[in-house]
Amino acid sequence: MHNYTIAELVKGLQSKKFSSVELTQHFLSRISQFNDQYNAVITVTADQALQAAHLADQRLAAGSAPPLCGVPLLHKDIFCTKGVRTSCGSKMLDNFIPPYNATVVENFEQAGVVMLGKTNMDEFAMGSSNETSFYGPVKNPWATDCVPGGSSGGSAAAVAGRLAPGATATDTGGSIRQPAALCGISGLKPTYGRVSRWGMIAFASSLDQAGPMARTAEDCALLLNCMASFDDKDSTCVDCEIPDYSASLNKSVKGLRIGVPKEYFSEGLHSGTEAAVRTALADLEAQGAELVEISLPNSNLSVPAYYVIAPAEASANLSRFDGVKYGYRCENPKDLQDMYCRTRSEGFGEEVQRRILIGTYCLSAGYYDAYYGKAQQVRQLIEQDFVEAFAKVDLILGPTCPSPAFKFGSKGDDPVAMYLEDIYTIATNLAGLPGMSVPCGMVEGKPVGLQIIGNYFDEARMLNVAHQFQQVTDWHTQMPKGIS
Amino acid sequence: MNWETVIGLEVHVQLATKTKIFSAASTSFGAEPNTQACAIDLAMPGTLPVLNEQAVHYAIMFGLAIDAEIGKVSVFERKNYFYPDLPKGYQTTQLEKPIVGRGEVAIQLGDGSTKSIRIHHAHLEEDAGKSVHEGNLPYGSSGVDLNRAGTPLIEIVSEPDMRSIEEAVAFAKKLHSIVTSIGICDGEMSQGSMRFDVNVSVRPMGTTELGTRTETKNLNSYKFMEEAIEKEVERQIDLIEDGGTVRQETRLYNGDTKVAKAMRSKEEANDYRYFPCPDLLPVIVSDETIEKLRRALPELPDARQTRFMEQYILSNYDAGVLSSDASTAHFFEIVAANSGNPKIAANWTMGELSAALNNAGLNITDSPVSAELLAGMIVRIADNSISGKMAKQVFEAMWQGEGNADEIIEAKGLQQVSDSGALAKIVADVLEANPAMVEDFIASDENKRKKKLGGFMGQIMKASKGQANPQQVNQILSQKLNELL
Repeated sequence: MHNYTIAELVKGLQSKKFSSVELTQHFLSRISQFNDQYNAVITVTADQALQAAHLADQRLAAGSAPPLCGVPLLHKDIFCTKGVRTSCGSKMLDNFIPPYNATVVENFEQAGVVMLGKTNMDEFAMGSSNETSFYGPVKNPWATDCVPGGSSGGSAAAVAGRLAPGATATDTGGSIRQPAALCGISGLKPTYGRVSRWGMIAFASSLDQAGPMARTAEDCALLLNCMASFDDKDSTCVDCEIPDYSASLNKSVKGLRIGVPKEYFSEGLHSGTEAAVRTALADLEAQGAELVEISLPNSNLSVPAYYVIAPAEASANLSRFDGVKYGYRCENPKDLQDMYCRTRSEGFGEEVQRRILIGTYCLSAGYYDAYYGKAQQVRQLIEQDFVEAFAKVDLILGPTCPSPAFKFGSKGDDPVAMYLEDIYTIATNLAGLPGMSVPCGMVEGKPVGLQIIGNYFDEARMLNVAHQFQQVTDWHTQMPKGIS
Repeated sequence: MNWETVIGLEVHVQLATKTKIFSAASTSFGAEPNTQACAIDLAMPGTLPVLNEQAVHYAIMFGLAIDAEIGKVSVFERKNYFYPDLPKGYQTTQLEKPIVGRGEVAIQLGDGSTKSIRIHHAHLEEDAGKSVHEGNLPYGSSGVDLNRAGTPLIEIVSEPDMRSIEEAVAFAKKLHSIVTSIGICDGEMSQGSMRFDVNVSVRPMGTTELGTRTETKNLNSYKFMEEAIEKEVERQIDLIEDGGTVRQETRLYNGDTKVAKAMRSKEEANDYRYFPCPDLLPVIVSDETIEKLRRALPELPDARQTRFMEQYILSNYDAGVLSSDASTAHFFEIVAANSGNPKIAANWTMGELSAALNNAGLNITDSPVSAELLAGMIVRIADNSISGKMAKQVFEAMWQGEGNADEIIEAKGLQQVSDSGALAKIVADVLEANPAMVEDFIASDENKRKKKLGGFMGQIMKASKGQANPQQVNQILSQKLNELL
């Protein structure tokens, strides 16, 4: 049952081949059996899940249930879940139980989707390896001595390890696409404003965006249909038409102009990754797409700009974690200052503290113009690069990340090496564009991701191309060792 | 040496919206701690602000009232600092692009002159909560009440254009008058609806360079503001005359203990690390919205004062007092209309009623004597049914809820005796009963006689149980005495 795609599960549920309760029990038992190997799930909501599955079965029996009714999913632990601990991967929120649902969670709940539990993640979504989680690192199902990527590493590993057919995730600089690539699954970061951020714990508000992870593009379309909504509780949510993302999956890619940015194939790109991506591009060309070499001249500025803007916003977003209202508070503070200092020093991990300090520094009097102000200017340049590129092409394709999954600890001492993991993904966040990763090859037994970048609100076209690619390739159906 | 005082004000005005600036929680005052703070106000993780459009409209209305430039694109920023009553660890406010730009406010001074005070800008922001250090709290700990957190404010920043306490108070009162007149603030100073930060410096008279200023924060009454400025000016002058220099600092003044003290120096000031709030889009105000609000803007205090002078034939002073506060003005207009006697209506509204309200600590909107009741009484004063003295008794009874003027006059038998025959009899009786006084009157110099009339008046009023019409008595008495001369 765990090898079915979501599309297949929907059919099975609606034709009563199996019930939601059976399906839920199956995935719950897989989680209890295999999660120790991956550490992908940090909270299992078994009772609640079975109850929801039971209700879903009733809705299915009554007919007219929404498409995803009865399908089990995991939520990244960044989404607030009413009555269920939401830790954001941090000691700071280890005891935090929200009294409300994130809009994303609410949308799925309304649709009858069954929440199995919450997935592990880099602390406050800050990391590219899932090594910064308070709950310990997530292991990559393809090679358990390697990282799954981050920050949505728990969601990616859970989907790759068949602990759930799909999962929610978030992406601030590549946190959906990079772990999707490293775990051999499909993941989509929508256009900024497509999915509500209400109830999603903020890392960098102008960059954060939630999206789906699943094994196929078709499944991502099904999930996005439910996730995307206009929400008046999020002022940055965009009120524009939401298409049926499943409707255009089968369109031909013939005549599609695919931009291939030369900057994405330069120094630092693993040769095996490059070969896999080139082959994928050739596959699409063979289906009738036209490859156009393009340039995104300011690409090299995206990592430095991001590592000013994201920490700056984070430094303010994380100020609320002060021990006053909820979450962790240090023992026996001797005064207010002591409470602030120790609460935040003890409650936040090293990477989070590093980013708060970087952000605080960049916004300080006398440094603002040189850092934050300059980074905002760079952001405009990067956006402009894409605007010009999309005048010539329909989509932009390239590698998702420079190399396949790396070993635990291999980048631990060097934050900058870790930051370069996101060199191909960060620019789309800065520009607010949608980006996607689908499996396109294997290097040293580990998956390689193909990145698809679309124009604003052009997710349907991205999913269409990804789906067409998956019709002629089988990278997305390959399974890590040990899973049958 | 002669010193000149230079004052600038930053005035926080709570906007009278029903809900908070970024959440749907109620803004009403006085609820149990933390019962009016929702997840957004508590800065729970993942919550997001949504701007209250009414707050924006109120801010624009203030801008229109002072004829200021309206910011077509204004931007909310985060002002970062840690404090327990600041749940997000930053205050959402405006800095570079405020909603209201430069404007002017005219003030009237005691000598009848007017002066224009320039407004630098006014911006929208959220209020913080309150730290609680007293009450039922565990030993060594403080509490936080976040009911007020997120209440919409406009902060009005003046130029340093005021040169005296009188000007500063006149300016503060004028702002109060404007914001209550246009209905954007309830004006309840005791509930913190208007709070003042005063920037004070001194310089030798005749010089133009500004001295180093200090800022005394969070004064919530005109009286405290006066006291704080007075003390600060004195402190600065003493300091300089003793060879010292004024340090730029933030100060606090405790109105209860009358003690002022330094809070932090410029060097110790927070670096607030402002940056545009990524959770809120820039606020774009259309010309249509501005025009719509301009057309709907209620009468401003200056216009009302002029109208009162013309319509009710009031003095500049009376018209100023009655028009400065919207509720007072409204009350007065009802009294004037219902009584048909604006002059007496003005006297009673500004005099007896205002004093009674002050004593009871009540607002005119909560007056036990309604405008209609007061007007009913004024009708009886004007038609000579009751004397001014009786009116005070009637007013007192109305205040106690004993009914309307006519009911009270009837019940208390307060009818004024204006029947000349009856009055002549009382006068004659009193003269007859007091021959010594009459003789004394006749023997007195003419210039002393007027004073002596008072003695007879007292006797007559006593004899009539206070019900004699004093004007008539006076006339009859003078006539009778003159006949004896």
